[in-house]
Amino acid sequence: MKQHLLTKINAMKQRLLTMENIHIQGKSDEQWVDIIKGVDLYLNRGEVLGLIGESGAGKSTLGLAAMGFCRDGCVISEGSVHFDGKDLLALSREDIRQLRGNRIAYVAQSAAASFNPAHKLIDQFCEAPHLHNVMGRKESEAYARKLYKRINLPSPETFGLRYPHEVSGGQLQRAMTAMALSCRPDLIIFDEPTTALDVTTQIEVLAAIKDIVKEFNTAAIYISHDLAVVAQMADRIQVLLKGEEVEQAPTKLMLKAPKKAYTKSLWAVREHARIEQPAPKKTDTPVISIRQVTAGYTSQQDVLKNVSFDIHKKRTIAVVGESGSGKSTAARVVTGLLPPRQGSIVFDGAELPADYQKRSRDQLRQIQMIYQMADTALNPKLRIRDLIARPASMYLGLSGRALDERVRALLAMIELEPDQYIDRLPSELSGGQKQRIGIARAIAAEPSFIICDEVTSALDQLVAEEILKLLDRLQSELALSYMFITHDLATVRAIADRVVVMKDGAVVEQDGKSKLFKPPHHPYTELLLSSVPEMDAEWLDRLLIARTKKRAKKRGRKAKP
Amino acid sequence: MLVKRLALGVLTLILLSLLIFLSVEALPGDLAEAILGQQATPENTAAIRRELGLDLPPWTRYLHWLGGVLQGDFGNSLALRKPIAELIAPRLANTLFLTLYTACIAVPIALILGMAASLFRNSYFDRISNITALSAISMPEFFVGYVMIYFFAISGYFPSMASINAGTPFLEKLYLCFLPALTLTLVVTAHMMRMTRAAIINVLALPYIEMARLKGVKSQRIITAHALPNAIAPIVNVVALNLAYLITGVVIVEIVFVFPGLGQLMVDGVKFRDVPVVQATALIFASAYVGLNLLADIISTISNPRLMRQR
Repeated sequence: MKQHLLTKINAMKQRLLTMENIHIQGKSDEQWVDIIKGVDLYLNRGEVLGLIGESGAGKSTLGLAAMGFCRDGCVISEGSVHFDGKDLLALSREDIRQLRGNRIAYVAQSAAASFNPAHKLIDQFCEAPHLHNVMGRKESEAYARKLYKRINLPSPETFGLRYPHEVSGGQLQRAMTAMALSCRPDLIIFDEPTTALDVTTQIEVLAAIKDIVKEFNTAAIYISHDLAVVAQMADRIQVLLKGEEVEQAPTKLMLKAPKKAYTKSLWAVREHARIEQPAPKKTDTPVISIRQVTAGYTSQQDVLKNVSFDIHKKRTIAVVGESGSGKSTAARVVTGLLPPRQGSIVFDGAELPADYQKRSRDQLRQIQMIYQMADTALNPKLRIRDLIARPASMYLGLSGRALDERVRALLAMIELEPDQYIDRLPSELSGGQKQRIGIARAIAAEPSFIICDEVTSALDQLVAEEILKLLDRLQSELALSYMFITHDLATVRAIADRVVVMKDGAVVEQDGKSKLFKPPHHPYTELLLSSVPEMDAEWLDRLLIARTKKRAKKRGRKAKP
Repeated sequence: MLVKRLALGVLTLILLSLLIFLSVEALPGDLAEAILGQQATPENTAAIRRELGLDLPPWTRYLHWLGGVLQGDFGNSLALRKPIAELIAPRLANTLFLTLYTACIAVPIALILGMAASLFRNSYFDRISNITALSAISMPEFFVGYVMIYFFAISGYFPSMASINAGTPFLEKLYLCFLPALTLTLVVTAHMMRMTRAAIINVLALPYIEMARLKGVKSQRIITAHALPNAIAPIVNVVALNLAYLITGVVIVEIVFVFPGLGQLMVDGVKFRDVPVVQATALIFASAYVGLNLLADIISTISNPRLMRQR
């Protein structure tokens, strides 16, 4: 009996955060809508909870509620939040302000947007300790330098003297993690901290977060849509869907044996894999041939350096690389938006004018584009009918009844019921449906070549999968060729015939998909491939150990020549 | 960057001087005949033309004029037969005094009210300050002036006539010019206040403000330390425009309060067809606009680390 009581008291000491029956409502179009529908969440000291779900599942809203915070237009309508014995929803504004940044800290998705551009990093670091009377300025500056060093930021002594725009995205995200630690909080909310980063940069940030959370025994809520990432970070995973909990379990158990159908579907996402088409014959004329292209936006700098690759009929070329590697610039050169300094673009054996203004209407028709953000690529004031009709009437000269029929046929092709969707506005569609409209608009011109610029990276995995399947089907039906720009190697596996790996504006390696994914790799391809998180809780630790060993070996080799 | 902006400012001024010169040149009527009036015999006219240099080709006269201006010589007034520089100097000093005086009252009030309005958005305070400022700006200046006189001058607290000169002691100047300064404050505050409010509210929607809230920063500090530094550019531009307006556009207020400022000089110049005076005042007004906007651009550049420290 006594023993039982003791464990109970111990458990209470351990318990840091308890959220019970949380209901959060948000206002949209003058109506209150439930965003979170009665979720329970608890967290012990030093524990890391992974919160997973698609966009719109309410992960961020729930994470912020753990700080007693609601965004404008939202309200916690029911439930309770207890942090370290305090009822956050009953506290005065002033009392809760004292907790935020001090005992509970937040790390936002986009560090670039969440650092104030007007102040130096060190000033933003020292703000919270000063406001909450945790440390003096000198002490917190020294602490900042210590943390900067700990998470491997370059020249930690002077790093803080820079402004946010003077630092790269990955460094900024690490600096934000350091800032969250400035008051040595008990709890940190990480809200998709690596979603905006490249895989290679993501690793550095993940390693820094993991390291620091362990060292300071900080409890954390790690929010992400990427299961493989959460698996590295969390002790326990809680799955959310449309504001409700699906299930929760310790990480390893959850990975091994998910119970609910929805969770299983998340695990088994990448089932679509295109069968690689045989390499084209040497004598075949490529649809698009990029020949020794060098291009840049200013006269001093080359963003593309002597880039060459071909895209054949009914083939998909995936162009992969980190941000800044020149993928999108290559697309701009092909479309003629950016005339290259040297080299040329050849379409079906005939050279295209470098500037799109000099291309004929038919040449323009042949090359179409689908954009990453369907949200901003579609004019919000136009109805679906007009959005799709425009290229059809402009390039093909259709009008009246023929045009209407064509639009309906296109809608049917992208699997949207014409009668139901033809008169809607883009705002009345979901993200995946908007991207389908983007696809319909591209094929409306009856092109032979389409550039897909990160078309799935803003979408949830299940939706992205559907889009990839659709693109695949359209390719065989309409004999299309794709240039598929992406930074996601899983997407490459799913859709490509051939892969072009780019780095710093140059092609590092290009080969058929099956060959490229098989060792031996070019060192950079190796780095890219090994950086993709796997569904294994120990993947990150193993990888870091392996890389440290490799580095030591290299150093050893250098030391004794 | 700043050097380029400075050079552009100088270029603008030169173009403006050319424009002013050409538009005066394009006015109908002959200057010499205008001066002589009924004594305009052909010989007299020719003599005057030679004396004034009007027989020279236009571009020579332009360069002469510009060269003079650069040395502080604006030529002679035709009506008063005195060097224009002498006429302008005391009035320019008066105008600048009134402008600075007004700015010292209006700018802090506008900024503080604007920040407070953005902090207490959609509250009664916000609405009342908005309505008051808007009513003040929608009333004609002379009306505001007479209302001021009605309330403050008739009761004897402040003088209704702001007739100052170079010898007036500073404190007395402040006292004499209080009503015109107050009138102008009412006219210019609304614009600056509303821009401050709008610029800050714009910034308040950004992620780094949410971050500041989640760091436990107080609302007041969020406005002053996090939002304001990023809203400086639009605010400074509106302040500059209003200051320029104070230098150039206050002739009606000058008349209501019998204030010896530049505006009156220009109106008199137009009335008496005193072309060189009009030219000179127009050039000063133009320089005020260009100079203040230049200053605003420089301040907004300096306030933005992304422009000052480019990667």
